[in-house]
Amino acid sequence: MPDIRNFSIIAHIDHGKSTLADRFIQYTGLVTDRQFRDQILDSMDLERERGITIKSHTITLPYTDKAGKPHALNLIDTPGHVDFSYEVSRALASCEGVLLLVDASQGVQAQTLSNLFMAMEHDLTIIPVINKIDLPSADLPMVKGQLDSELGLDPDTAILCSAKEGTGIEEILEAIVARIPEPAQNIENPLKALIFDACYDPFRGVIVSCRLFDGKVKAGDVIRFMSHGKTYRVEEVGLFRLTREPAKELSAGEVGYLIAGVKTVSDTRIGDTITLDTHTAVQALPGFKEVKPVVFSSLYPISSEDYESLVVALEKYRLNDAALVYQKDSSAALGQGFRCGFLGLLHLEIVQERLEREYDLSFIMTVPSVQYQFTQSDGKALTVDNPQYYPDPATILTSAEPFIRATIFTPERYLGAVMKLCMERRGVNARFNSPAPGRLEVIYDMPLAEVIVDFHDKLKSITQGYGSFDYELTGHREGNLVKLDFLVNGEKVDALSLIVHSDRARQWAVQVCDRLKDEIPRHQFKIAIQGAIGGKIIARSTVSAFRKDVTAKCYGGDITRKRKLLEKQKKGKKRMKMVGSVQIPQGAFVAVLKADYE
Amino acid sequence: MSNCGLYVHIPFCRSRCAYCDFYSQTDFSLAPDWLEALKGEARLYKDRFGPFDSLYLGGGTPTALTAFHLKNLVDFLFKGFCFKEDLEFTIEANPDDLSQDYVAFLKDLGVNRVSVGVQSLEDKELAFLRRRHSASRAVKAFDRLRKTGFESLSADLIYALPGQTLKTWFRTLHRALSLQLDHLSCYQLTLEKHSPLGAMLSRGEIKKAGIEQERRFFLATSSLLEQEGYHHYEVSNFARQGRVCRHNLKYWDGSPYLGLGPAAHSFDGSTRWWNTRSIHRYLRRLSAGRSPITGKETLSEEDRSMESLLLGFRTSLGISMNMIKNFDYLETLLKQLQESGLVILRQGSVVPTREGFLHADGLPLLFS
Repeated sequence: MPDIRNFSIIAHIDHGKSTLADRFIQYTGLVTDRQFRDQILDSMDLERERGITIKSHTITLPYTDKAGKPHALNLIDTPGHVDFSYEVSRALASCEGVLLLVDASQGVQAQTLSNLFMAMEHDLTIIPVINKIDLPSADLPMVKGQLDSELGLDPDTAILCSAKEGTGIEEILEAIVARIPEPAQNIENPLKALIFDACYDPFRGVIVSCRLFDGKVKAGDVIRFMSHGKTYRVEEVGLFRLTREPAKELSAGEVGYLIAGVKTVSDTRIGDTITLDTHTAVQALPGFKEVKPVVFSSLYPISSEDYESLVVALEKYRLNDAALVYQKDSSAALGQGFRCGFLGLLHLEIVQERLEREYDLSFIMTVPSVQYQFTQSDGKALTVDNPQYYPDPATILTSAEPFIRATIFTPERYLGAVMKLCMERRGVNARFNSPAPGRLEVIYDMPLAEVIVDFHDKLKSITQGYGSFDYELTGHREGNLVKLDFLVNGEKVDALSLIVHSDRARQWAVQVCDRLKDEIPRHQFKIAIQGAIGGKIIARSTVSAFRKDVTAKCYGGDITRKRKLLEKQKKGKKRMKMVGSVQIPQGAFVAVLKADYE
Repeated sequence: MSNCGLYVHIPFCRSRCAYCDFYSQTDFSLAPDWLEALKGEARLYKDRFGPFDSLYLGGGTPTALTAFHLKNLVDFLFKGFCFKEDLEFTIEANPDDLSQDYVAFLKDLGVNRVSVGVQSLEDKELAFLRRRHSASRAVKAFDRLRKTGFESLSADLIYALPGQTLKTWFRTLHRALSLQLDHLSCYQLTLEKHSPLGAMLSRGEIKKAGIEQERRFFLATSSLLEQEGYHHYEVSNFARQGRVCRHNLKYWDGSPYLGLGPAAHSFDGSTRWWNTRSIHRYLRRLSAGRSPITGKETLSEEDRSMESLLLGFRTSLGISMNMIKNFDYLETLLKQLQESGLVILRQGSVVPTREGFLHADGLPLLFS
């Protein structure tokens, strides 16, 4: 049996993780050059386009080292975004070592750092790899300096490579074999396998990705998921090659998959421990957590006829993404829909895009909300993630919103802009670290609600792409939270309502009124748009009426043409939502999301 | 089929006006062939339409035809089709053609309504529009018509010309009012892409009147003419009591009409069809015994309701409430439109106001 090494790659977006994985796959001969295509592990279009890994893809690389000894190198891929940090932590828990991939010109970024700290907590071997050394802007002394001073790693242990050009690949593979310890193989103990991923196959059900720490498992075994106690009979176990490759058994130290007739991904909780029903482990592996959504938004079909398709799409989608939670919701303005919970804003965007692409749906998404807490005069505590359920203001004793600790890495020259942005977003308690000359780590306590819309894009733009951002939830803090409503010609558009901090209410109101003014087309009559808290109007804008819309002549020859034109316009109108007598285009609901505080 | 109208398109003009994009013939040698072809076409419909209570000779320029040809045409129509006793018989006329003899001839022919293409009573504007007559010719023509015993007279006028001021337009309007006509059609200038003016516009030689100016002209025109006792009964049409154009009303209230000649449209109450626009093709087809029809549509329930909306908002008849499909925000919409002064509710109908006429193309969509 070959020696096993279990490792992951930690990298910031764009630092070349997928390209490096590609090179490993080619180098180890898993595919011929002819079969090869770029970013072979990122199978979704969306992943290729955005250059991010949404669903992790684990793979076993067969590698014979220079001394002629065969190895099985298990590359456990991780999703590359802060929203999925729990998934990342479970993937790292399945490894003995990581490659820390740093871009030679950009240096260490916020996410790299948080994932690295996670790896250090798991006491993993860390192999620094400096990528993109072929770039003219590569600055090796700078990056090595960062490794030393910011990360406390020995810069001399770093391997230089260019994944793009394929240099340094063998050295990395050798280092994996030489530096990362072989996993312990406690085959005699009761089975303990850590679930670090799961995906849904329409023919086989759930494919569970796991790392075995103790014992072994084979087809026919009855397994038990320790978090909820459900048992299943194993149908197949195997290894990840480019496709799944069945094996006789999986044993301690190995990484592989398991198919056991599990119907939905939500039954397989990432971080859960699998054991045998008959030979049960006493204690589950540490670190299991139920993932809970932190960002909420409602989805409404554009046309009510599409409601059924939305139901089907969500059901199917959830088979593969247990992190998405949803329940029925309805709006006077938008009709029947769903309230959905997401791990974060990127997760929300991914769900949105995948539903649109893979299920060909068009729907409206409301402004994301976080989970607010209220205590009422009768002593009741209330958790609200949907503005529709904002309690009667007269009964509110206290209100609180979730806070985060936001960590931002930025070149020093953007400090002013970053601080301004953070303060605009109600950031408090600023702390600064200067891990290296010219670079700053800026830490703020901030309301989560302030970063879920547009914060990351804004940060990128004010730092010309150099700033990076990471956060962790730190609990709720009290604040005066109000419900902001929008009215179009006096009719409340419930789908636009927001819960906001009173300090920010006016700014939001003005901005949304302006956005709506730009998005709502002119009508035959004037349209008043108002932002209001309770009965009090705090912002307004007006869409002026058409001045003239008539042609001089309409005789025998003009009627058909005019009717056809109207029919065409009527089709366009179907994509609008009626609020009172006003047609609001889908774009208006989207546009209010694109906040811009200038 | 009752309440039918008969329209005949006379595709000849002596010259082409600057605002016109219609393909009309200046070669009168085709007139005899055209007449024969038209007769051939008319025979196809002999028993399918009528009796008619309106006959409308339009164009082109019907009065550009010689008395001989025109008489030949009208005799044929009277012989071949059935007309009602109180027929409204309109001819479109160019002032230049209305000599004393021709006017007398029209009277003999049975014409009882003359719609004169005056366009403007300012010579400068007439030259700009490339009309072949002068303002004084037009005034004289009405004098002759009146003296010959024509009671029902109408003038076509065009306004919102590039560079025109409300002052010069009102000068034309006041002169027209002094003629004591019982009907006026006031068309806002449309700069058709394929007209000489359209070409001038695209070369940047003229500028289109602005929307605010168009509004002002429209509202001022309506207000002046209503003050003077004319009823604004369609977006561009004004009539004294009882003098609305019976024929044109058919286009707007869904009545049937038969159109003969190139480019003519017909409607039998459920199907609409139209002839080729080209006179040459029209002649070729009919001489070969083929139909000149190039397009045809049978209106679905939905089409008809759309048409009744689009036409209804162009006339003071408005739309009967029972023609409007109910929807959940109808009440809000009606309230909104009334508050905005675009419609009023009158005797179970939604009726556009003067301001409402300015939105006649947009209002139907709100109700469909």
